[in-house]
Amino acid sequence: MTGESLHHLDSEAGSLHACLSVCHECDLLNQVPALPPDRAARCSRCGHVLFRNPANCVEKTLALSFSALILWIVANVFPFLSFGLPGNLIETNLVSGVVSLYEQNQVILAIVVLTTSIIAPALQIAGLIYILAPLNRGRRLPASKQVMRWLGHIKPWSMMEVFMLGILVSMVKLGGMADVVPGIALWAFCCLIVVLSWALSTLEPHVIWEQLDRAEETGAAT
Amino acid sequence: MKGWAGNAKSASLTGCHACGLVCQMREEHHLACPRCGSPLHFRKPQSIERSTALVIAAFIFYLPANLLPITHTAALGKVQSDTIMSGVIYFISHGDWPLALVIFTASVAVPLLKLLILTYLLWTVKRRSRSRQLDRTKLYRITEAVGRWSMVDVFVVTVLVALVQLGFLANIEAGPGALYFSMVVIITMFAAMAFDPRLIWDPTEEDDEREI
Repeated sequence: MTGESLHHLDSEAGSLHACLSVCHECDLLNQVPALPPDRAARCSRCGHVLFRNPANCVEKTLALSFSALILWIVANVFPFLSFGLPGNLIETNLVSGVVSLYEQNQVILAIVVLTTSIIAPALQIAGLIYILAPLNRGRRLPASKQVMRWLGHIKPWSMMEVFMLGILVSMVKLGGMADVVPGIALWAFCCLIVVLSWALSTLEPHVIWEQLDRAEETGAAT
Repeated sequence: MKGWAGNAKSASLTGCHACGLVCQMREEHHLACPRCGSPLHFRKPQSIERSTALVIAAFIFYLPANLLPITHTAALGKVQSDTIMSGVIYFISHGDWPLALVIFTASVAVPLLKLLILTYLLWTVKRRSRSRQLDRTKLYRITEAVGRWSMVDVFVVTVLVALVQLGFLANIEAGPGALYFSMVVIITMFAAMAFDPRLIWDPTEEDDEREI
């Protein structure tokens, strides 16, 4: 790289400015140079990704979050799986398993499944839209920062892809007994897994926090 | 990326765990991040103690999770109880090797390996070991990433319970093993979150300081 192009790097559109960053995994203090779009900064000691600079982070994640919202609704409203012999099918929804567990007095188990497969993804989608829709216009709603903090806490508890594997295993298990027919909601659920994890991979907290700092707050101050 | 002279702690700095802001620390306690309001600390408070307690709890729950039935299947007047291992054996006896492997890995091997790895990490950190720090950090990353997949059997039970209902061919009910199993997964996830990987690297910094 020539000296001239280095000079331009900082002002290049979409670049993140140079900063100090502390590695969360080994606590090394890293001096990160200006980061061009679609590049990642890694810790020089342990290789942990400090942060990335996805291009159009806010716009892309917001669009994907809206798609996820629609898919979440479809996945919860329409029939999920049908099971039985032709002419005698039992139709279930996404929430049916939780209801059955609850009816069998497995309350804690019902809460665990409800939280990990339905509520956590819903909170993630709602949180993303709450933060990103105003941020896209350079504003932030009250408590945006708290919501952003909560998004990080919720993430490990959203286990839709594990649920999907569970569905596949049980389909094989029941396949010998009778027909298992996937419904619209199951396809929506598959798409939701892809779209939501895509949204979360284009979301870079480092960028969002910087933008939240610069955004003017609308509504009541917190 | 250029590394600084050493770790953030020795420069009285810390990265906020929620938003990543690099903050100046004067005293260890009662500090909140000026940007996001999260509590700031050099290391997660009582990391080793909390993590050890949770690992022990998970080990205890691991036994009933594997020994008690996760499902009761009633078909044609007969009730059959299945544990996780009998599910694996069922798939093997039907020639479903890949599926048996998936269930065995996710439900039996992963939780046990995760607990053993956490025990190893806690033990080496307690001993202030300086060997293979990068490998141990990678081990920690793996345990954080794969733990969630152990929930798969709980979800299998949920789907079975929803689909196979009373009055049709058979009826499946969730057994006590499923509850213990979900507890193992959840407690192990909390144990991994309580562990602070920065402790792995701390002995190195102290050596550097002594040399200076």
